[in-house]
Amino acid sequence: MVTMLYDGSFEGWLTAVFEVYEYKYAAVQIVTSEQHQPNVFATIKNVVTDEAKAERVWKGLKQKISANAVAQVYKTFLGEEIGVENKLLEYVQYAFSRPQSIESDFAHSAVLYVWQMAKKVHREKHRMEAFIRFQKMKDNLYYAVCQPDYNVLPLIERHFKDRYADQQWLLYDTRRKYGLYYDLQNVSVVEMHFSEESNEGKELQHAFDEHEALYQVLWKQYFDSVNIAARKNTKLHIQHMPKRYWKYLPEKRQL
Amino acid sequence: MSERIREKLSILADAAKYDVSCASSGSKRKNENKGLGNASNGICHAYTEDGRCVSLLKILLTNHCIFDCAYCVSRKSNDIKRAAFTVQEVVDLTINFYRRNYIEGLFLSSGIFKNADYTMERLVRIAKKLRTEENFHGYIHLKAIPGASDELLQEAGLYADRLSVNVEMPTEQSLKLLAPDKNRKDMIAPMKYLKGAIIANKEEKKLFKKAPLFAPAGQSTQMVVGATPENDLQVLWMADQFYKKMNMRRVYYSGYVPISNDNRLPAIGTPVPMIRENRLYQADWLLRFYGFSLQEIVDQENPVLDMDIDPKLAWALRNPQLFPVDINYADLYMIMRVPGIGVGTAKKIVAARKHQQLTADHVKKLGIAWNRARHFITCAADAYTHKDLLPLQLKSLIMQQTTSKYQPNFSPQLKLF
Repeated sequence: MVTMLYDGSFEGWLTAVFEVYEYKYAAVQIVTSEQHQPNVFATIKNVVTDEAKAERVWKGLKQKISANAVAQVYKTFLGEEIGVENKLLEYVQYAFSRPQSIESDFAHSAVLYVWQMAKKVHREKHRMEAFIRFQKMKDNLYYAVCQPDYNVLPLIERHFKDRYADQQWLLYDTRRKYGLYYDLQNVSVVEMHFSEESNEGKELQHAFDEHEALYQVLWKQYFDSVNIAARKNTKLHIQHMPKRYWKYLPEKRQL
Repeated sequence: MSERIREKLSILADAAKYDVSCASSGSKRKNENKGLGNASNGICHAYTEDGRCVSLLKILLTNHCIFDCAYCVSRKSNDIKRAAFTVQEVVDLTINFYRRNYIEGLFLSSGIFKNADYTMERLVRIAKKLRTEENFHGYIHLKAIPGASDELLQEAGLYADRLSVNVEMPTEQSLKLLAPDKNRKDMIAPMKYLKGAIIANKEEKKLFKKAPLFAPAGQSTQMVVGATPENDLQVLWMADQFYKKMNMRRVYYSGYVPISNDNRLPAIGTPVPMIRENRLYQADWLLRFYGFSLQEIVDQENPVLDMDIDPKLAWALRNPQLFPVDINYADLYMIMRVPGIGVGTAKKIVAARKHQQLTADHVKKLGIAWNRARHFITCAADAYTHKDLLPLQLKSLIMQQTTSKYQPNFSPQLKLF
């Protein structure tokens, strides 16, 4: 058994896949160095992320499966499920072993897994596009914190860039401790460390634009006014708008 | 100042909430010249406590109205607070809500003040200002006012993504009874105009890529159900006509929420017909996406949808001779007709079976409602043998194994607590 340790990045994982073929490993396990639990019976192999190797695997995969399926592989990776590296390896090996595309072979466990996981991640991406709430700061920056279940920031970058082309914005993932910053030209990855309180925006009150509080109040007013009491359906409400997102939604907060 | 706007918002959002149109998808407006917004995908940003989605800032420009429609809160004879937004107020609210990612855009309707054109002209002015002065590319849905002139409709189409005229009631008699100031003709005329203009624009787009958009998300309408005695056949027939003859993108069904003590209408406290509304939407879906014809869902013998089971299951039980369907060989169209299998899953089944024969274990994992579908399909190495059950036995078997959120409503037993 060979245990390959990689840095947790997508390129790192692709490099590992490349090396599985390069060294013809049969029994192999890919784990991040962080999650690795030493095992006396396994041979340890450290994977050094190599862009050229990663690129070759990625290109090769694109020739075997559709653009849509390639995107599913990436989304599945961002799901960060434990053991995902090996499930994806199985998928990629299956894809490379067949002359025709295997992406619709849903009776195959790895194919079904990728399809289902990609769907879950896609749903979280969509929920973030829906439930991100920006707050305007004095310096015209629109600022939002979020805590997505999966690592979806890379997937929503394009959406917000297309939508808010004329405003500066910053999106920060408090769980993964990094954010995206758009400066009216480009989006860049920023790493910051906030204390728990400032994550909730409490310490930032003084830095808000003078109208910020008003629009939050108006939004909450709107949200309350459109409710039809005669049709109250709390279960459906929570199903659509899970409680774990509430702390970031002005309409569900006590203002 | 801010108190006043808050009050207006509460009045004019409250009055607009009975309009059930909610979609913000189906347009293709892209962000250009580093503007604000992008109306190319529909997103629900919040859900009200009754479970409906909030995608657009849905408000009335004013709830002053010269009409007296019995089912409408804004009717002239209703003693309520009146308010009106200024053009600038609506623009500011839309832009500021949009920038904070609260909404996908604006849904603007209005009570009729003065006359149709006077009202329509103001709605158009707001949309125009958003597009031309604010460089706004989010979604705009304008309510076309019945009786508005073609020139105003034409202008509205240039700024709006979707336009709609509410037909209000499924039949002309009901409309006459409840909305004496309105008539069918005034509603149908703008629909016809819009249909023609939308088709003409599509043709023009084919020739000139640069041709301006005209209501790219099409038109929709809605009707109130449960306020008047029409049956589901009448309601769905009307909808079917709209899809076929007016190229409507959507027909919405609005279960009547009792809001007045008018003796022409169900009394206040009468429950909202939520199950019926739900069944109508299911039937509507079968018409638009599953290739069903109206006669297969409701006809003279079965003019009312079953309330205890969904319309596709009801259809399957009426047509036992067509089942079971072999998952490995039947065509896509027939697989889509199996109760418990949706369009997406049906497509996956057809794709997956090219690689290998599908067994029950395989299809279960693809996300079908197995407890319903199993009675209507056969798979490779089938473990479930089909017993010769009569449709009625099958129905009760399925209903025993499914828990419907509406179950309590079916019980003939009175509940004391």
